[in-house]
Amino acid sequence: MTVSAVVLDVVHPPGEPWTSVVTAGQRLRLTDLEGTQAVDTLFYDALDPSERYSAADTVRAQGKLFLTTGSVLLSSRDRPMLTVVADTCGRHDTVGGACSAESNTCRFGQHTRHMHNCRDNFLVGLARHGLGKRDLVPNINFFMYVPVTAEGRLDIVDGISKPGDHVELVANRDVLAVISNCPQLNNPCNGWNPTPIGITIYAG
Amino acid sequence: MPHTQASQDQATGSIPEGVVLWDETIPGGAYWTRVVPRGTTLRVTDVAGAGAGAMLAFNADQPSERYSAPDTTKVQNMIFLTAGLLLLSDMGRVLLSITADTGGHHETLSGGTTPLSTARRYGEGGSYLTRRNARYTNDRDNFVAALGRHGLDQRDIVPNVNLFARVEVTGAGDLRFVPGASRPGAWVDLRAELNVLVAVSATPHVLDPSPEWGPGPLRLTVWESPVPAAPDRCRTRTAEARRAFANTDAYWAQTHPGDTKLVSWGDER
Repeated sequence: MTVSAVVLDVVHPPGEPWTSVVTAGQRLRLTDLEGTQAVDTLFYDALDPSERYSAADTVRAQGKLFLTTGSVLLSSRDRPMLTVVADTCGRHDTVGGACSAESNTCRFGQHTRHMHNCRDNFLVGLARHGLGKRDLVPNINFFMYVPVTAEGRLDIVDGISKPGDHVELVANRDVLAVISNCPQLNNPCNGWNPTPIGITIYAG
Repeated sequence: MPHTQASQDQATGSIPEGVVLWDETIPGGAYWTRVVPRGTTLRVTDVAGAGAGAMLAFNADQPSERYSAPDTTKVQNMIFLTAGLLLLSDMGRVLLSITADTGGHHETLSGGTTPLSTARRYGEGGSYLTRRNARYTNDRDNFVAALGRHGLDQRDIVPNVNLFARVEVTGAGDLRFVPGASRPGAWVDLRAELNVLVAVSATPHVLDPSPEWGPGPLRLTVWESPVPAAPDRCRTRTAEARRAFANTDAYWAQTHPGDTKLVSWGDER
């Protein structure tokens, strides 16, 4: 990878939303600074956010469940939005979706209803751009591991990312990135301890 | 009102006379949309065994609440949907319960067909100009057209259920479409746990490798089904299911205070 100018470089705390436009040709790098931290992420076309990341079309087109180097993130109109160009982790999930107060009540019980969750972060992040729940579609969980067996069993299990692992995506067009650095405490998706991530944008 | 006799013959799957509210067969390639009220069941029949039926579902009373493939699969730890399992909304509630299923194979990972996927699979010759109403259709446009009838649009389209299709996942994460997972006459019963807005699209499964455009007809039957009797398998199968139904019943009681009959569901808890 050629060296290019750093447009943005931040350490982003757990449990907080983050949003930014990534312009065509720029690269977005997410670094799991301490390991096993799920980074819930959505992408929208920056000019027409009704066109957004489509997990199902992405999975179907690549014929694989996991995202890694070479994966092309497709939009709801079947068009490339970003391409994964580097990945030291190896597997990222796009089936498990984001945690919410509502799904937490089903999975873990009513006592979890008021715990912080990714849906809250997504709604707060989307609201900055005039978007809302209707725009909240199934997302990517960078650094989260959700294996599926041949019999169809799906589990959210211990993360496989190591401290410093990173994934890097090049924007194929101008996109709006919306991230929730996951606050989930009820399962091992964050190693039971949500931690900061690095977010870096490189010039194209 | 649902009748209270557990009168459906599970062996033959015959629906008793007098309880059918709607019965329609749509041609392959077409779509169907209707509100399926709480207390009724939608039976989808794969008439020709074509092995496809893309479906989306919404809370008809509040359509921002919609089917969630992620929540459905992670709450139940299962990617294959069949009898006993639930189609959950993104609000922690149950939209539809799979109360009976002779098909057995329904998947929710692959999404629907799109204009591009259809053109790539079947070629460019499928336009209205050349084929008139035998044109190649796709789930994406069918959903836009169906949901548009209810004031919804492309923003309301999320990963759907594909009835009558099986897609397995290998240890490496590769998707494997299993041909012939359905058969002529296979059907699935989906009991509405809210007033559910359903959209169904009958184009071939997006991973079906056949190069020939061969969509099959679907029969859609809405019938007044029995009030769940204790112990209802769908309501009680797991702790997660019980909690999802507790959310659903509480919401129904709050939003339909005049309803004394359907509110009493769930007394087995």
